[in-house]
Amino acid sequence: MGVTSIFIANRGEIAVRVIRAARELGLRTVQAVSAADGDMLAARLADAVAPVGPAHATKSYLNKEAVVRAALEAGCDAVHPGYGFLSENAEFADMVEKAGLVFIGPKPETIRQMGDKARARQEAQAAGVPTVPGTEGVVADLDTARVEAARIGYPVMIKASAGGGGRGIRVARDEAELSTLFPQASGEARAAFGDGGLYLERFIGRARHIEVQVLGDGERAVHLFERECSLQRRRQKVWEEAPAACLTNEQRLALCASAVRLAERVAYRGAGTLEYLFDDVTGEFFFIEMNTRIQVEHPVTEMVTGVDLVRAMIKIAMGEKLALRQEDIVLRGHAVEARICAEDPTADFRPSPGTVAGLALPGGFGVRFDTLLYAGYTVPPFYDSLLGKLIAHDDSRAAAIVRLDRALGELRVEGLPTTAPLHRALAADPAVLAGAVHTRWLEEWLAAAPLAAPASPVPATTA
Amino acid sequence: MAKTIQAPLPGTFYRASAPGEPVFKSEGDAVAVGDTIGLIEVMKSFTPVVAEEAGTLVAFHVENEDAVMAGQPLYDLDA
Repeated sequence: MGVTSIFIANRGEIAVRVIRAARELGLRTVQAVSAADGDMLAARLADAVAPVGPAHATKSYLNKEAVVRAALEAGCDAVHPGYGFLSENAEFADMVEKAGLVFIGPKPETIRQMGDKARARQEAQAAGVPTVPGTEGVVADLDTARVEAARIGYPVMIKASAGGGGRGIRVARDEAELSTLFPQASGEARAAFGDGGLYLERFIGRARHIEVQVLGDGERAVHLFERECSLQRRRQKVWEEAPAACLTNEQRLALCASAVRLAERVAYRGAGTLEYLFDDVTGEFFFIEMNTRIQVEHPVTEMVTGVDLVRAMIKIAMGEKLALRQEDIVLRGHAVEARICAEDPTADFRPSPGTVAGLALPGGFGVRFDTLLYAGYTVPPFYDSLLGKLIAHDDSRAAAIVRLDRALGELRVEGLPTTAPLHRALAADPAVLAGAVHTRWLEEWLAAAPLAAPASPVPATTA
Repeated sequence: MAKTIQAPLPGTFYRASAPGEPVFKSEGDAVAVGDTIGLIEVMKSFTPVVAEEAGTLVAFHVENEDAVMAGQPLYDLDA
């Protein structure tokens, strides 16, 4: 497929990342811009810009028709969707292909298939990938529930099949609790949702979030090892690492092999990530979902494998076969990434858009900063708060954290508060240093000891 | 005597709590101190715009889902 010119249907730091990869491949780049984004870094770096609509994302970056039209008018022959926005929208991928453009990602059918949790779970099971143990449907009565719970293993979650968003969930630690809670939950579900149907699922109290990076060309797939992203706040990842230090090598190989099986089963094309829960106590891992796009935290994988994932996904979209063999991909050292956001960690993470009055960027050996920042830039209030990702790579996890902390010390963003102080506190925390964390650890840690405001005022901070 | 009330912070202005919900206030409505006039979304976090003065809401200067800057006129109030 003759790709010469890529339309970047995204914004912020990932747009910058894609432009850089495309330029190194000798491709022309056209950056989509909303009315609020004309002066963003990606717009300055791209060969051309194309307006896609007003500031509000639903009218611009999420407007499928406007994006496809802009890509065609700009004379592009491929579209990179980045992450978020339309990146996992099968209908958009369809529209791009029907317009005669190359969608840099999987086939629309794959997006549809893996975006449907029930279908993705079925595919995983068919590929022999462990999923969270649970009942396949509604449990008829308490006697059946007792039998099923014994098979699944306690503690079990009792979930209302008509529920959602965490409503109607109870946890039973043993059969006695199940016998009390099951009838209660059924009655409550009938009252709340008009449907008393319940199903059971294993409850994993102290889970880690581990994910496997894959690349596929539609026939063959390889893994690029795993990342651990257990430090989260409000289900948003805050700090990510590669590899996951908690895994034994045997566990790592089993996990990564399972991801390749699933990717090959669905004939995956492009870069993708399979997310798992890992239970430290039992050493079990369970597939939860697949993200059919590049992810925010992809750089930690790039640092430890030396593989440029964005370049690879573009080349696959151009019709090239996967150049990598599994044995070519070797883990080297450890990488840590801190998400630097325009939020005030001393004021309950209040969003803090504003103008960058001054900027000092970290650098040096093993340090990478993927960012949308430049001095004088005004961070608009309309989109998410991610300003950049500071990544440190070194021989060991301990050394990578020291290097991250050193780089965080060099970073100065004047004019708006950022989450950098949170990351410095994390980099000094004994539990983080020991890797003794789980997906609820950060919220518990923040609740126990909220970050204090700096003793001396931050220079040049204005409202 | 109409008075112009300005946006307290920059972001996206919403006149209702969710798409399809009734608007908080329409033109001509009475406004009491503490009434919610709209919401401003800043980086995916929502802050209510709360009336600090009572009166009658005469006119909006911005539409639902419009981008607003801090200090930009939001609505006119007849005290």
